[in-house]
Amino acid sequence: MAEAVEYKQIGSRPIRPDGVDKVTGRAQFGADLVLPNMIHGKVLRSPHAHAKILSIDVSGALAIDGVFAAVSGADFPGGGIEGEASGEGSLEDIAKNVIARNKVLYHGHAVAAVAASTPALATAALDAIKVEYEVLAPVLDVIEAMSPDSVLVDENCFTNLPEKPTEPSNIANIGKLARGDVAEGFEQADLVIEREYKVPMAHQGYIEPHACVANIDETGRGSVWCCTQGHFEFRTATAKILGKSLADLKFIASEIGGGFGGKTVVYLEPLAVMLSEISGRPVKMAMSREEVFRATGPTSGTVTRVKVGLKNDGTITAAETWSAFEAGAFAGAPTMPGIMAIYAPYEIENFLVEAFDVLVNKPKVAAYRAPGAPQTMHAFECALDEAAIALDMDPLDLRLKNAADEGTTAPYGPKFPAIGFKACLEAAKVHPNYTKPVPEGAGRGVSAGFWFNVGMQSSAEVHINENGSVMVVEGSPDIGGSRASMALMAAETLGVDYTDVRAHVGDTETTGFCNVTGGSRTTFATGMAVIQACEDVIADCRKRAAQTWGLEEDQVDWQDGSAVPSPGVNADVKAMSLADIARGAAKTGGPIQGRASLNAQGAGASFAVNFADIAVDRDTGKVDVLSFTAIQDAGTAIHPSYVEGQMQGGAAQGIGWALNEEYIFSDEGIMENAGFLDYRIPVASDLPMIDTQIIEVPNPSHPYGVRGVGETPIVAPLAACSNAVSRAVGQRLTDLPLSPPNVLAQLDG
Amino acid sequence: MAKVFFPDSFLAFTEGIRETTSSAEVYRDLVADLIVRWPGLADSLEKTAVAIDGHIHQDAFLEALSQESEVFFMARIEGG
Repeated sequence: MAEAVEYKQIGSRPIRPDGVDKVTGRAQFGADLVLPNMIHGKVLRSPHAHAKILSIDVSGALAIDGVFAAVSGADFPGGGIEGEASGEGSLEDIAKNVIARNKVLYHGHAVAAVAASTPALATAALDAIKVEYEVLAPVLDVIEAMSPDSVLVDENCFTNLPEKPTEPSNIANIGKLARGDVAEGFEQADLVIEREYKVPMAHQGYIEPHACVANIDETGRGSVWCCTQGHFEFRTATAKILGKSLADLKFIASEIGGGFGGKTVVYLEPLAVMLSEISGRPVKMAMSREEVFRATGPTSGTVTRVKVGLKNDGTITAAETWSAFEAGAFAGAPTMPGIMAIYAPYEIENFLVEAFDVLVNKPKVAAYRAPGAPQTMHAFECALDEAAIALDMDPLDLRLKNAADEGTTAPYGPKFPAIGFKACLEAAKVHPNYTKPVPEGAGRGVSAGFWFNVGMQSSAEVHINENGSVMVVEGSPDIGGSRASMALMAAETLGVDYTDVRAHVGDTETTGFCNVTGGSRTTFATGMAVIQACEDVIADCRKRAAQTWGLEEDQVDWQDGSAVPSPGVNADVKAMSLADIARGAAKTGGPIQGRASLNAQGAGASFAVNFADIAVDRDTGKVDVLSFTAIQDAGTAIHPSYVEGQMQGGAAQGIGWALNEEYIFSDEGIMENAGFLDYRIPVASDLPMIDTQIIEVPNPSHPYGVRGVGETPIVAPLAACSNAVSRAVGQRLTDLPLSPPNVLAQLDG
Repeated sequence: MAKVFFPDSFLAFTEGIRETTSSAEVYRDLVADLIVRWPGLADSLEKTAVAIDGHIHQDAFLEALSQESEVFFMARIEGG
């Protein structure tokens, strides 16, 4: 493990720069922008889960005074849209998800959109649109959808195999990873655990609904203000869906009230741009909560069958997993990350894992924190818990026995560089929440979590003001505190105080391209761009100091925020601070700025260990989380409070998914709980204080050792909760969520 | 010679071969080498991520390969 490095700024906990605006209501979110002459857009959505669209007549809407535009799928460019969408899936499918063409594929699928002078008039205009449907039977169950006899969601979907199948199928893709001889591995086992687990479709549950304002002029050019995890990729998607040039659209990211992956794809923006272009007015569109549930986001529900073999000493000899993922109405379930993650914490010689990306008549899934990993790892971590009970082993010891470490070959191929999984397990072993007795009537559940973390493209500029203060501009929307972490890394690199640095999120015309804020990449990749931009500034400042002193550039060093002569250089000069150099910039070449663009490589994997104490009321099925502890290797924690916040937020979402959250559909495919009263995410009173412990094993590929933190925290809570409840009742409960009726049903079963 | 390992999704194009070697000194040349040997791989290689000596690259191009390098192709990961 690398030795800890002493930093001056990194690791401190300054108050969040956006905090005051957010608690006073000044912060501007997606629906907050108001422009002169602005009108309001709304979407007509399918009342059927599966139907052919026979005709759409918008003339009734257009006849209403005050209605400025009405469009349907026929008004949008046809097929042939090239490119991948952010996350899983194609832009062609995103275009058909934005507005249906010939078929509606789920209840709530957009079929038409209008813009009118008031929201009430827009609603009246929707009522005046006539749509004729030929209603088809939906397929809602993932196993049923895999049958050759199933209703087809898309008659043009053929399983993506090297040789195109002769018959269409709801199975869009099959992913597989294998190593060693699985049959031989099971032969060596003293114990084999085999079981099927279910995880429900769940929503990201961000508090801010999707919203945007498009303002397009008569030349087809204009701007879009929106809540997004990536305004550059929103611009790309919107332009391609509408057949526009990227240069014609400026996208501005508003403040964002949560995304968690669900705001990496466009829903409203192409509609708003078209409505604005037709009407010649700015158009605001904002979803209701019901629309958010019915037509955006969710992550895949899964059915996963796991078999694991172990020796009596706890050594895993073989593992085999089969998992079916609901993709919703379009291909793109997170099967590959799911199968690449499932065994990642462990060294297993023999394994097989297969996953299926299956179309069903439900909303198209979108990324959700560590997409795919919570579902598959829930099954495997539950199987390991069952094995630990059967072998009478401490569940942490069982995991330590098999834990991946530096040099272990990851199941997806490469050898791990320095990782912190063992450090997390060892920290858990001595944690006071683990060494204390399990409360009476409760069970204690343990689980591991994992996410790869990613790099991708980022840009940053650093401008030095005349007084030496620093302005960082980059293009990653700030969802989890990135403005603070960028400012801290800039301050550390430049050798100035954090309070002298301001970080801003630029729009698509004022800063360089950045991929979405997602995949736990922003602090790692955009941070790397900020660091390089600061190094650009330092190189320039050394050059200017050398000019001032009559030295060569290589005779000047940068120390603690000042240019100084290098050791051994005989120069009777006073160190020049960044402020000194900035004040004299006019004489040494003009304004000082640095910039960097990169495609960051070398993201470092992040591991976690969670454990929970949960009590169960056997009469009512109600569960109470008594304590929850999250331990995670985040690499270097740039701003530890934000890291802890990510760990707590991920844990809360994972606990919600484990214990309450699920999409409930009628037989007709209509979601029956499309609101926060019935789709119950945990609130503060449902949860104990979530204890956190950050393990800092630096990522050797990042200048400050950053790994990324946002994805991993949601992975382990599902199995930690499931294992706690199962231990509390002395029976393996396999189907999430562990809500009172589901607990009772499984206990009775 | 760098050792090159194929995932299951490539095997249909490599006649079931899981592992090969290449004398390429940069990733760009490795890709060209593999396409010459297995033309059906071209599309997969365009869309793949790769781990070179343990470091994962979403979009490798001119990354150096040594005689001892280990190259694993893998699915691209993004996340939420």
